[in-house]
Amino acid sequence: MKILSVDDLDKIGQEHSKRLYWPDAVKVNIGMASCGIAAGAQTSYEKAKEVFPAGSGVQICQTGCIGFCEEEPLVEILGYGKPRVMYKHITEDKIADAINGYMEGDFNKKWILGQMRDARSVLEDGTDNALAGTEPADGIPYLEDIPFYSKQVKIALRNCGYIDPDSIEEYIARAGYRAFLQSLQEMDPTDIIRIIKESGLRGRGGGGFPTGIKWATCAKQKGRRFIICNADEGDPGAYMDRSILEGDPHSVLEGMLIAGVAIGSNQGSIYVRNEYPLAVKRLVTAIKEAEAYGLLGEGIAGSDFSFDIKISTGAGAFVCGESTALMASLEGNVGRPRAKYVHTVEKGFRDSPSNLNNVETYANVPAILLKGAGWFAGMGTDLSKGTKAFSLVGKVKNTGLVEVPMGISLRDIVFKLGGGVPKKKEFKAVQTGGPSGGCIPERFLDLPVDYQKLNEVGSIMGSGGMIVMDQDTCMVDVARYFLDFLKDESCGQCNPCREGIKQMLAILTRICEGNGDKGDIELLEELGSMVQKFSLCGLGTSAPNPVLTTILYFRDEYEAHIIDKKCPAGVCKPLFHYAIDAEACTGCRVCARKCPQKAISGKKKEPHTLNQDKCIKCGICYDACKFDAIQIR
Amino acid sequence: MDKAMDQRNDPSAQIDYKALDAIIEKEFNSDKENLIMMLQAIQKAYNYLPRPALNYLALKIGVPYSKIYGVATFYSTFSLEPRGRNIISICLGTACHVRGAERVHERIEEALGISDGQTTQDQRFTLESVRCIGCCSLGPVVKINEDMHARLPTDQVGKVLDQYE
Repeated sequence: MKILSVDDLDKIGQEHSKRLYWPDAVKVNIGMASCGIAAGAQTSYEKAKEVFPAGSGVQICQTGCIGFCEEEPLVEILGYGKPRVMYKHITEDKIADAINGYMEGDFNKKWILGQMRDARSVLEDGTDNALAGTEPADGIPYLEDIPFYSKQVKIALRNCGYIDPDSIEEYIARAGYRAFLQSLQEMDPTDIIRIIKESGLRGRGGGGFPTGIKWATCAKQKGRRFIICNADEGDPGAYMDRSILEGDPHSVLEGMLIAGVAIGSNQGSIYVRNEYPLAVKRLVTAIKEAEAYGLLGEGIAGSDFSFDIKISTGAGAFVCGESTALMASLEGNVGRPRAKYVHTVEKGFRDSPSNLNNVETYANVPAILLKGAGWFAGMGTDLSKGTKAFSLVGKVKNTGLVEVPMGISLRDIVFKLGGGVPKKKEFKAVQTGGPSGGCIPERFLDLPVDYQKLNEVGSIMGSGGMIVMDQDTCMVDVARYFLDFLKDESCGQCNPCREGIKQMLAILTRICEGNGDKGDIELLEELGSMVQKFSLCGLGTSAPNPVLTTILYFRDEYEAHIIDKKCPAGVCKPLFHYAIDAEACTGCRVCARKCPQKAISGKKKEPHTLNQDKCIKCGICYDACKFDAIQIR
Repeated sequence: MDKAMDQRNDPSAQIDYKALDAIIEKEFNSDKENLIMMLQAIQKAYNYLPRPALNYLALKIGVPYSKIYGVATFYSTFSLEPRGRNIISICLGTACHVRGAERVHERIEEALGISDGQTTQDQRFTLESVRCIGCCSLGPVVKINEDMHARLPTDQVGKVLDQYE
């Protein structure tokens, strides 16, 4: 069947919303994005399929990332007249019990994360049919009351964890492709661009350039234009785009289609990391499904508009997230950036006008067109509108994927949603913006998260990685870590970046090894400012950020390394040693058993001793001790 | 290419040219723009990029060997040397780094007696560090072949490695 009108979408939607909201059989949704699978969701899925084969009255289904990664594998169970219950840590040994218990009305409360009050997406909240069927149960907390979900507003992630990513029908049932058909059949391209401009949507890949202005500039160019999606999510610690591609690939395709109509292009490309095999697989399926319904290809929905989308895989080069390098790579070349005297919207891929946006930006577009610019612009701050997805990771209790309105404070994200730092350790900093960003200390935690405010404290919004660091994280080591990363990833064509980063890394390595000299900090600042000013592309100009922000906010740690020859966090091996606090040690022997060097000795129930000559500072004892008896000195 | 490289990347490696044609022509339309993906497909088939296959590819799609060599050495996923039966990819992304990935890395290096990028004498393991595989909430993460080992404690490294022949 080819879809020709919004009515056709409605028909498909109605048929399939039953499957989503009030299934005849008990339905089990297993969160099967990459991280869910890594936590054991695949084996849970196979086990469930084995125990409840087709015809057993239980449907076992896959869905994308449910967000609360810390509690993976996450499994949601729903049935007619029953609550929608989310279960946590459902490994293969638990899944049959969880489903059986649910069917018998005993919900296995220990395993419950919460129940859902309303599973509809922001695009469907005007409809009521979706609420039919499931009934909330007493005594189970609602998910939106759990701190992790409390402040979240899901727009870009509206379908992740709700639909089967391999089912275009389920996407359509949640108002999918409606915005595209409306923009194709009822709207003038200039109106689409006007709405995107008015919504205040800015590039979610990190740069924050206003999307509407980019589209308008590209639409003005002559000749064949290209719509490109940047899915080369290279920032370490960020996985929002992977989750969207794995959980809701059609939202990205629809965003690109709308861009195609607005800008007047018939060719799209998605440049996706090869490290994301599941994202590639789900994109391939999504494109085939959209083609089968006539939503991609020649003469879409009976019009003269044609659009194809090609997937190109990257090959492990961080610099290819930069627009000109990405386009060089799309052409099959080495991914080296060029100077941007002429922007890629004028001359990009194949020297033609090219509109490049990232995954999350495209995923927002259908929602903005359906709900209106005013709705989107009503969220956020003056110059940063809407919501932003973040991956909250590192030393934080509730790791996971969150989407919050712009303007929320860092403190809310880290302490309310994230639940703070685990193991009663002390919070030290939160790193945003990946290798181009900076480390933000405690005193700025009340800062509202938006593009300007993060810039003001020396960091950037970036693509949305948020890595929490605690007292055990050495800030000098973090700076060294990022430069080591960037040294490998510098494409090598311009001197300031290639040589500057290398020299800065040499100084930092020397400091971490205990050979730092007075004046090294000033030298780092001087070199950093040179690299910032004279590098060719964004990778180089932002490379010193992690070093400069850590010097600015954690100068005392640099001085401890250089002057006192100490690493207070216990990371830089030559600058600390472990010691056992005889008063705190209970003589439980755990550390002694685990030590690979047999460096710890002592009788049971008596304080142990550590032989410094044998110790290799692997940290196993430090992690293993439950009594804080292993100390960093 | 230096001499040592020539020896490791055996110029007489056995290549199935029909299979190569299928990759170049059928899967990727002999289109130069698909060079990176062709190299990925070749690496998937051989576990590395054998030199004769690259020579053949150069002739087939009309791209100089020097350019193919440039692309193959620029992107970090490509290897010009044969790799081990099991590929260990240790994630050194930021989230894994702050959760002690560096220590896990050292333990693996110690256990296998190789450093980053090297292959064990018996061809059992190749150790490669990667920058973020996007499973940041489960750090430190080690991927061996297609298996993910999440939240890997340093003292479990030996046990995990023993699972692979």
